[in-house]
Amino acid sequence: MLHLLFLVPALPFAGFVTLALFGRLLPRRAVAWVGAGSVGLAAVVALGIFASFVAAPPAGDAFGQVLWTWFSVAGLTVRVAFYLDPLAVTFIVIITGVGFLIHLYSTEHMAHDDGYTRFFTYMNLFVGFMLLLVLADNLLLLYVGWEGVGLCSYLLIGFWYRHWYNGYAARKAFVVTRIGDTAMIVGLFLLVTQLGTLQIQPLMQRAAAAWPTGSALAVAAAALLLGGALGKSAQLPLQTWLPDAMAGPSPVSALIHAATMVTAGVYLVARTNVLFDLAPDVRLAVAIIGAATLLYAGVSALFQTDIKRVLAYSTISQVGYMFLGLGVGAWSAGIFLFWTHAFFKALLFLAAGVVIEAMDDEHDIFRMGGLRRRLPGVFWTFLAGAAALAAVPVVTSGFYSKDLIIDRTLQSTQGSVGLWIVALAGALITGLYAFRLVFVAFFGPVRNEPDPGFKIGWRVMLPLYVLATLSVVGGLIDLPPNWTHLQWLDHFLAPVLPAAPDETGSWVTGAWVTYMPVLFALAGIGLAWLLYQRRRQERAEVETSAAARYFRAGWGFDVAYHYAFEVPYDWLAQAASGDWFDLPVRGIAWLTRASWRALSVTQNGLVRSYLFVIGLGVAVGILLVVVR
Amino acid sequence: MTATFYVAAAVAVVSTLLVITRTRALHALLFLVVSLTAVAVVFYTLGAPFVAALEIIIYAGAIIVLFVFTVMLLNIDTASERGERARVRPAWGAGPTALALVLLVELAWAIGSGGPHVGARVVGPREVGVALYGPYAIGVELASTLLLVALIGARHLGQRARQTGLAPGEVELPVDLAPGSLAPEGQGELVAMTAGAHTDQGAGPPPDHEPSLAETGADERAERGES
Amino acid sequence: MAHVPMDYALYLAAALFLIGLVGVLVRRNLIFVLASIEIMLNAAGLAFVVAGSRWGQPDGQIMFLFVLAMAASEVAVGLALLLLYRRVFGSLDIDRASRMKG
Repeated sequence: MLHLLFLVPALPFAGFVTLALFGRLLPRRAVAWVGAGSVGLAAVVALGIFASFVAAPPAGDAFGQVLWTWFSVAGLTVRVAFYLDPLAVTFIVIITGVGFLIHLYSTEHMAHDDGYTRFFTYMNLFVGFMLLLVLADNLLLLYVGWEGVGLCSYLLIGFWYRHWYNGYAARKAFVVTRIGDTAMIVGLFLLVTQLGTLQIQPLMQRAAAAWPTGSALAVAAAALLLGGALGKSAQLPLQTWLPDAMAGPSPVSALIHAATMVTAGVYLVARTNVLFDLAPDVRLAVAIIGAATLLYAGVSALFQTDIKRVLAYSTISQVGYMFLGLGVGAWSAGIFLFWTHAFFKALLFLAAGVVIEAMDDEHDIFRMGGLRRRLPGVFWTFLAGAAALAAVPVVTSGFYSKDLIIDRTLQSTQGSVGLWIVALAGALITGLYAFRLVFVAFFGPVRNEPDPGFKIGWRVMLPLYVLATLSVVGGLIDLPPNWTHLQWLDHFLAPVLPAAPDETGSWVTGAWVTYMPVLFALAGIGLAWLLYQRRRQERAEVETSAAARYFRAGWGFDVAYHYAFEVPYDWLAQAASGDWFDLPVRGIAWLTRASWRALSVTQNGLVRSYLFVIGLGVAVGILLVVVR
Repeated sequence: MTATFYVAAAVAVVSTLLVITRTRALHALLFLVVSLTAVAVVFYTLGAPFVAALEIIIYAGAIIVLFVFTVMLLNIDTASERGERARVRPAWGAGPTALALVLLVELAWAIGSGGPHVGARVVGPREVGVALYGPYAIGVELASTLLLVALIGARHLGQRARQTGLAPGEVELPVDLAPGSLAPEGQGELVAMTAGAHTDQGAGPPPDHEPSLAETGADERAERGES
Repeated sequence: MAHVPMDYALYLAAALFLIGLVGVLVRRNLIFVLASIEIMLNAAGLAFVVAGSRWGQPDGQIMFLFVLAMAASEVAVGLALLLLYRRVFGSLDIDRASRMKG
């Protein structure tokens, strides 16, 4: 079964090619079948591979498949080859599985759109590139996938290109991630020139052998790769693009900006964990950035009024948790959160998409209300997702994954109490904003009625139900160690990711520490109930205060970047628009014309002036002769 | 003799200055005659009586007379006075005067000072004649050829226009000449005027009885006067 | 015996020549221009004669003769052209003939 690995990315790419070439000629039904079907088939294959991998793991816990040699220049050989190990298996299952559900949802959600075919073309292309990214056996191929998903993100954010804002948001996403991509490619250059290869496994071995821990090269390489990861995963300081990326359709937000593309950074760091272990300072930076980001984004999410922007900031925050997990050495915990986050975040976005469409393209949650009575199915699934997001204990997958990270943050030798406190605060805020969303949009009086003619078909509800179920039970693959010994995911990923070292002798010990996250999360939920369910009226004033506006605007990052970069760049462009380098050329032309103007004065046609000039010449001539 | 030289030199310079500053052409020409006579006297003091005589006879006596005839026949005298008074500003002479002073300084420096005295030996006509018919015979022939050429050229240029077409050297100027170059009453018409075609145009075109230049040439016989 | 210092004679020639030059440059009527040219030619001839007299040879006078012949022919042709000029431009202002400007 493993030899069918190439089909996993090949099927979506085939779907893309088919739709790109023939999409116009096919009827809508055919487009839906091809678009969703390619990903569906890939999901089937991926699940088969997963099963096969678990049942009969290949030697060395890795399976490689070489397709062809891309190029071989000056001693560097790059092949189009896939490398399948537990980490990759985890990712392809999510990408194809959740991806298929989202495609299915889109066949109905996007049915009224003129760009139906275009949509599925781009989505298939995206899935293909994302799979390429996670399956790549060398960093260059990974970078191809990296850039490809960036391209598809641009295409899909700006899907409704006729409105200027969508194009702007797409460009913003592309440019900001580009900054990270540049850092990453410099990192690749560093790696290839220092270590001579880009294949990930040999690269990691050579790095471990050649570079001592903490050496400058290791730090540089890790930091550069981290830069790339920050851009793609929308962490501080490159997070400004994700809220604006909500301009794209909801399935796009679900797939790209929740489940998969933004987790590419997480994947990269996990993949090159050896490098980060060689540069502990950079690993610590990963944790610190993750912590700062989760707090920043959580607070920002608290003040958003657009339902999708709440979820966008929430994504930034949750990916921050993943980075925090990776940074404190809880590698598999971070991946576990990715796994569960894909379920409940995609669910939340899809449900939000239904809500928006039902409310006739209304995004403001304060114009919604009481939707649990109008859209009950959506409500229950949304509730499941929000509960998982807030990490409601036991019954949600979020609880198992996120609380594991928080726990590890304290317990790991690479973690710290400070980070743990930040993570706890983040848990409270997460619960707060998640249920703020639930209470404001789904509870209370119905402020605006949803469109009565709005029908929700099975193709929308089925993915919602499936994802809701997964949000509840999907965490059962890795239970807390002090409950049972069922840590399947941890063991599954063990060959790839190092175990989190345990700390002993911390002053914060005891069984009660593991219950702190639960406490904070429930406190957040309770606070949300208090503020948004019981005392509604006061909320309106707080939400318009200056502080609220500041947080809603993402703490002013956009404004800061505008003044720090855009304004000087514009000024520079204006100043340079005079085309200085062309000055010598234009100067010659100007000189010629000026001397023409000057000399033509002497051509006045008057005999007397000509004679005068002759006289002048004679005077000069005599002068020269006489003075000699 | 030396005193004669200085006096004659002074007269020459003064009268030449007056030549270029007169408004009426005839006055200028008469002063020119004075200047040339003074220069003839200078020649005499330099011991060159032959050229002194030639100066008077040919230069003052023929060339200037030619000028005078032209002035009289074309009625330039009063017209020039009007024109020059209207157009010439004294300040315009500043530039050329400055140039002339510069050149004067240069020439003075080139000439130097303290040269030998000249005029001791009088070189009479006999010597000049001997030299003319001796080494400079060819020069004489060339000079006469030159005069012949000038004669033919002047006669040709002064010729009246034929029945049709233009006189030699005449050009047909288009109507869009700069204002002022058209005859005052000739606006809108071709400036090329065939003699005899316009009789009542006023001051612009020359009078009908304009003589051909052939009659004014020094060595020529009266030619036919066309009408 | 010699009477006249040569340099003074040459100064005279230079002065006359330059006065003629100024006349050519300043006057606008063609007659005056031609007359000024005559002045210049005369001055040049004077210089020749001075030179010949310095060596006591007839060569200077002979040059003056040639200059004279040339001046005469030049005047003949020049005045014929003056007539034509008058006919074409309607006046004797040499500034009228400025079509070759630019």
